[in-house]
Amino acid sequence: MKPGGLLRIKGMIRKEWLQIIRDPSSMAIAFFLPLLLLLIFGYGVSLDAKNIPLALVVEHPGVQSSSFSGGFWQSPYFAPIPMSSIQEAETALRRSKVDGIVWLRENFDRDYLNKESPPMSVLVNGVDANTARLVEGYVQGIWFGWLEQEAERAGKKLQSPVQLEQRIWFNPQVRSTDFLVPGVLAVIMTLIGALLTALVIAREWERGTMEALLVTRISVIELLLGKLIPYFILGMGGLILSLLMAEFLFHVPLRGSLWLLLATSALFLLVALGMGLLISTVFRSQFVAALVALVSTFLPAFILSGFIFDIQSMPLVIQWITHLIAARYYVAILQTLFLVGDVWSVVLPNSAALLIMAVFFLGLVYRKTRKNLE
Amino acid sequence: MGHRILALIIKEFLALFRDKKSRMAVIVPPILQLLIFGYAATFDLENAGLAIFNEDSGAISRELIGRFEGSVGFKIVGYLQSEAEIGPLIDRKGALLILHIDEQCSAHLAQHESCAVQAIIDGRNSNTAMLALNYVRSIVTDFNQEQAEQSLGAKLPAQLTIRAWFNPNLESRWFIVPGIIALLAMIVTLVVTALSVAREREAGTFDQLLVTPLRPWEVLIGKAMPGLIVGVGEGSLIILVTVLWFKIPLVGHLSTLYPALIIYVLSIIGVGLMISSFSATLQQALLGAFLFIVPAVTLSGFSTPIANMPQFMQTLTYLNPMRYFLTIVRRVFLEGAGLEYFWHDLWPMSIIAAVTLSMATWLFRHRMY
Repeated sequence: MKPGGLLRIKGMIRKEWLQIIRDPSSMAIAFFLPLLLLLIFGYGVSLDAKNIPLALVVEHPGVQSSSFSGGFWQSPYFAPIPMSSIQEAETALRRSKVDGIVWLRENFDRDYLNKESPPMSVLVNGVDANTARLVEGYVQGIWFGWLEQEAERAGKKLQSPVQLEQRIWFNPQVRSTDFLVPGVLAVIMTLIGALLTALVIAREWERGTMEALLVTRISVIELLLGKLIPYFILGMGGLILSLLMAEFLFHVPLRGSLWLLLATSALFLLVALGMGLLISTVFRSQFVAALVALVSTFLPAFILSGFIFDIQSMPLVIQWITHLIAARYYVAILQTLFLVGDVWSVVLPNSAALLIMAVFFLGLVYRKTRKNLE
Repeated sequence: MGHRILALIIKEFLALFRDKKSRMAVIVPPILQLLIFGYAATFDLENAGLAIFNEDSGAISRELIGRFEGSVGFKIVGYLQSEAEIGPLIDRKGALLILHIDEQCSAHLAQHESCAVQAIIDGRNSNTAMLALNYVRSIVTDFNQEQAEQSLGAKLPAQLTIRAWFNPNLESRWFIVPGIIALLAMIVTLVVTALSVAREREAGTFDQLLVTPLRPWEVLIGKAMPGLIVGVGEGSLIILVTVLWFKIPLVGHLSTLYPALIIYVLSIIGVGLMISSFSATLQQALLGAFLFIVPAVTLSGFSTPIANMPQFMQTLTYLNPMRYFLTIVRRVFLEGAGLEYFWHDLWPMSIIAAVTLSMATWLFRHRMY
């Protein structure tokens, strides 16, 4: 660094800071965006289906059919709606008033007593395959419970050989917020990082102030540091706000160490800021940079990071592609640090990947900017 | 007058497509993303890591394990020898699920008691954990049912038959890919409109536009046209890929889908132009776009059902145009629903379009600062 470098960086930071304060949108990105997103994800998103509306068609109520349908009334998963005919129920299914139909035909009780093994038909709306599969599982559970109960009443024992015990580690009550909040942090940090810096270099080029900066004694490194530091501080501010909300509003346990969380988050922020700076440097026009930031940040971080959709279940080619998404590594680190603890075999490789990406993005920004100088 | 509007529309298209980079940024990513997300976004478990810790030596435990080995949902990653291996394996994400069969299993069965099988699941991603658990449950239930029939020596006293309508194999891709149509059509339309006014505000050319004889509603038409054409055009392209590449059955008619698509795109144009007219700089417009996109996607039912949200959030989703179109596109594709089935989704979306477009027009002349 040439003499006086520190002074020049300080001057650059001061200039950038004044711009941040003048346009409130940077502040809004750093602090309002995380607030809003965490509230929405923390309160609004859940995959736990409860009170699924279900049409209950019992054509001829009898002892057995009533005891079977009783299982649905007691289940917390279903909100049964009695209907008098299958036609009525099918119309309701078509109109999306119910998600499924349980249908016991007229001769159900008679056939049951004659040991003819009558069918109990269940129709589910398969459009939402995930919910439909849940419904199937719950129905099977109720059905088997009923069979056992009936066998017992008849003095027989229906042996169900395997009794499943489930142990869900790290999140035994399966609180959605405990896994969503760490995941959404990764989305938030991706957005903060990219949005803060996506326009800052393009803006200078577009307004012609880049030339003005370049004729000063400032070097490329000093220029980039001056651009990076203020937004890094702003981003860390947003992160700390998010962490406070995770801890005190959503009560997500933090089982790992705070310093490791902050260190890996700082690393990820560098990647995200680097990505933004790269967009800004490559496209040199605020309009195009904004276009690219819009289409390339949120959706990949949302869909390809493993935050909602399981990466292991994706086809192999897509799994390779997810390795290009920085949020993927950060999601793995966050979910482990929050819910498990300092598991080095997860934290280290993922941090290494983030480090490589940070060096790559910032190095590319440096090279591109230097080229422009010549 | 028609001539004036036409000139403005041409100008808007030039502003968007003159530059090769912005042309590429609008057209290429949505198609790429459709292809990638179409494969990535699935709730079907495939090859989830399963480790088995079997302390029993009887036939029944071997048979149960065979069921898991044959399932497409799971891939066996190892057979454990001691309990101490379980913790580290899960901690380092070596396996999603561990099936632990007690050494007393066969002995219990011989005494006509149940054999306890433990499923230990990594709950870090509790969504995946619940999916895995559901798979395990259905394998175990099937197994129990057959075993029970064998021990009774007869059919069970009643048979359960489950059929799924509209998506018989319950492929979650059939549910998600039509959703991506709604998702990407929104992003593309918003990208085209949300930046358009802000860009001119920042460059100072919007004031010039306002002093021309063009009326605000004419400016609106000029500004909305690129969004409408790009949004509907790319929407069509995406529908084409959905049908031809992903082979999602289109049971309903395009003639019912298109009016909905057009109204949807119009409502997004309204939102985009509102954001754009609010903003004085591109940075603000970019922020505004994200402040809309992220909640709109989250609260639309795209990845998590609206019915699972708390009541308050469910009420909020009525303001979200994507919620309505998402329902329509899925129902037209899979159920073949006609207009009479989604009329109540269509009119709220039309109101949103009318309100946002009028607001945007008003904001052209009455900006905040």
